[in-house]
Amino acid sequence: MTVDLSPSPRQQAWLARLRPFAPILGAIVALILGGLLIRLSGVNALAAYLVMLQGAFGGGRQLTDTLLKMTPLLTIALGLTLAFRAKVWNIGAEGQYFIGALTGSIPALTVPALTGWLLIPLMLLAGIVGGALWSGLAGLLYIKRGVNLIISTLMLNYIGILLLQYAARVPLREPNGFLPESAPFSSNAQIPPLFPGTRLHWGVLLAIGLVGVMYLLLWRTPLGFQLRAVGSNPGVARCSGIPTSRSILIALMTSGALAGLAGIVEVSCTYGRLKPDISDSYGFTAILVALLGQLNPLGVLLSALLFSALMVGAQSLNVVLQLPVSVAQVVQALLVLCVLTGTAIAQKQD
Amino acid sequence: MVTTDRTATHVHVVEMEGIDKQFPGVFANQNIHFDLRQGEIHALLGENGAGKTTLMNILCGLYEPDAGEIRLFGSPVRFRSPREAIAAGIGMVHQHFMLVDRFTVAENIILGQTGPALLREPPAQLHRRLQALADHYGLKINPAVPVWQLSVGEQQRVEILKALYRHAKVLILDEPTAVLTPQEADELIVTLQTLAAQGTAIVFISHKLREVMSLCHRVTVLRDGQAISTVATQDCTEQQLAEMMVGREVNLRRQLSSSHSKPLSAQPVLEIQQLHVLSDRNLPAIQNLNLAVYPGEIVGIAGVDGNGQRELEEAIIGLRPPQQGDIRIQGKLAHIPSDRYSMGLLTDFSVAENLVLKDVKRPPFSWRGYLRPKAILSHAIELVQQFLIRTPSVKTRIGKLSGGNAQKVIFARELTRDHQVILAAQPSRGLDIGATEFVHAQLLACRDAGAGILLISTELDEILSLSDRIAVLYEGQILETVPIAQANVKELGLRMAGKQGVDKPGETP
Repeated sequence: MTVDLSPSPRQQAWLARLRPFAPILGAIVALILGGLLIRLSGVNALAAYLVMLQGAFGGGRQLTDTLLKMTPLLTIALGLTLAFRAKVWNIGAEGQYFIGALTGSIPALTVPALTGWLLIPLMLLAGIVGGALWSGLAGLLYIKRGVNLIISTLMLNYIGILLLQYAARVPLREPNGFLPESAPFSSNAQIPPLFPGTRLHWGVLLAIGLVGVMYLLLWRTPLGFQLRAVGSNPGVARCSGIPTSRSILIALMTSGALAGLAGIVEVSCTYGRLKPDISDSYGFTAILVALLGQLNPLGVLLSALLFSALMVGAQSLNVVLQLPVSVAQVVQALLVLCVLTGTAIAQKQD
Repeated sequence: MVTTDRTATHVHVVEMEGIDKQFPGVFANQNIHFDLRQGEIHALLGENGAGKTTLMNILCGLYEPDAGEIRLFGSPVRFRSPREAIAAGIGMVHQHFMLVDRFTVAENIILGQTGPALLREPPAQLHRRLQALADHYGLKINPAVPVWQLSVGEQQRVEILKALYRHAKVLILDEPTAVLTPQEADELIVTLQTLAAQGTAIVFISHKLREVMSLCHRVTVLRDGQAISTVATQDCTEQQLAEMMVGREVNLRRQLSSSHSKPLSAQPVLEIQQLHVLSDRNLPAIQNLNLAVYPGEIVGIAGVDGNGQRELEEAIIGLRPPQQGDIRIQGKLAHIPSDRYSMGLLTDFSVAENLVLKDVKRPPFSWRGYLRPKAILSHAIELVQQFLIRTPSVKTRIGKLSGGNAQKVIFARELTRDHQVILAAQPSRGLDIGATEFVHAQLLACRDAGAGILLISTELDEILSLSDRIAVLYEGQILETVPIAQANVKELGLRMAGKQGVDKPGETP
């Protein structure tokens, strides 16, 4: 016996009205499912969410933590937004982030005495170029030889990460240091805080500013139009005289550049030296952040904030309720799944 | 219901009563009554978007109706999936065949049939069984041959046999002659008449009035989701049917604006010399093709789909580099692509964005690296009015427009850009009568304004009514180009099927 699930016209009208809220409804479903999981671990779900909320937003320190964690996620995810809009599936942001951190650190370690006004822009530029070239490598392989971008960017992650770890252990290692890390950056090479006495730095503001830049680029410039056209249908774009290979390379290298920027900002602000372990899987998580934000710069800002809140909140969940941090990761995954499912259903109704 | 009965029996195989189907924002079917008798060929006629496909998709179980009843041999049925409809004896031959190229005819026919007994049957026995079935229905088929070796017409017969093998009592054919040569179409018509005589009820979806008149017993005309009328073909004329379809008077005999006896200039605007082009599979698709188009004329290239039309088109627009030979274009090219949605339009972009697709970098649509949305929108509003594009707004996504209106967007974009040559490939594919009239009028107007037009079409009627000179493309080659006055349908049909002209010595027709 099958059940008739097709909605009547009146129900369809209701569904149509609900359509804009599909992402929010998906998020609610994800939180309920996550709550069930928390309940299974023997903790009251509501209490757990409250602890997470307080851990992420409950005070100045918590808010700072959340914003600091948001910064690399947002920067990388904005780049990926551009790439994914052009249907360029860059899975290699993690590697580009590491390479950006590495190339950006080189000026900091070689000319540490340079004045900050020169040194910091130099570092940012080096990070951007490093990330862009690293992603451009995969782009070249694709355009010249047809190598699948997903595979090449994914593989270049491991090379990029290990390259930085090698550099931190051998050529750039602090002479006489105990740990496999570089010498600390000079104060000239550290991006200053926004206000004295806080840990919030200019990188946070830079990332938020990039939201507007990316919005303008995507929707208000011919370049953004062409990138979106290539993503919409490369065949039509080619017939319309849009250089598709070049567009793909631009989209890929822009996302690599922003990942590299995120890498050097993180190293300069958070670590103050080159270390082998500088990422909380930001490059991978940013893929989810971009998708959850519906490839819309403003949506990406919200989803980056949500993800970092979940990451920071999970730490207090661990401290207060002894729940493993992986609970937050499961909730993150559920969020992406449910929100994307919700929007897919809404579009199918369309 | 006004009907005169030609069929001897009055058994109603299918009755659809008061069918409603609503999609968000549109009534695709509204209170439709449709009945099908045993042994009749019943045409379903209507413009695109009239609801023909929706109605038949309801009958074959793809959609469920919002209201109404379907009766099969008098008893009410409800299909929740195509599988249930097939089990009840309803077979559909889609426009795009659902066949596995590498499998044999027999394997394709038993594909999807369950039961281990089937798999254990020795191929020789299966082939014999299928051959007997094919012979019974007068279908010429060899069950042992892989499908990729078959012509389009033969593949269609496989689809029909597949339905009959599953004991179809109702056979639905969606635009079956669109892909056939005139000769293949004639064979299909004989087959369908045989099937009908043996009691199969056939639904024939079409927009070709002449075929409908010669083949079908009754016609149901749909317009805007409603059944306008069901009439016996012997009681009406082509003209009446056309008016029922469109809802107004139409001129079927297109006024052939006098074709120019001689071109406006002796200098061709498009010249193709000894062109060789490879297909995607690196096989020769165009071989030693020579062609010239002069200003103020339409050169028509007839031929059955898949004889190099796509490759020729792509070579001319520069998408497919020629292996050898030259393509010279004097001035600028306007391109009406053969496939709107894979070459011409971005379905998830708005009407306005699609109208500036090729000029987005230029003023007035951009200025100093920024788009100018106001200029883009006002340009779009102007063209929507000028070309009578029916769209709720210029910000509507192209994917929501009907095929005819989407085609108008392409015409608007291409013809308002500077051009001396027009490459129009399958310009009326999938369009209804009204939109086709528009397309043809535009092309004739451009020709009269002095443009040189290369028209590639698989619709012989279209070629005949528009062209000043005609060539037939067969397996990537063109034998000769003849003026319209010397063209003869039978001869062109034979050429399209790869046979030399009847008057050529040493060749059997």
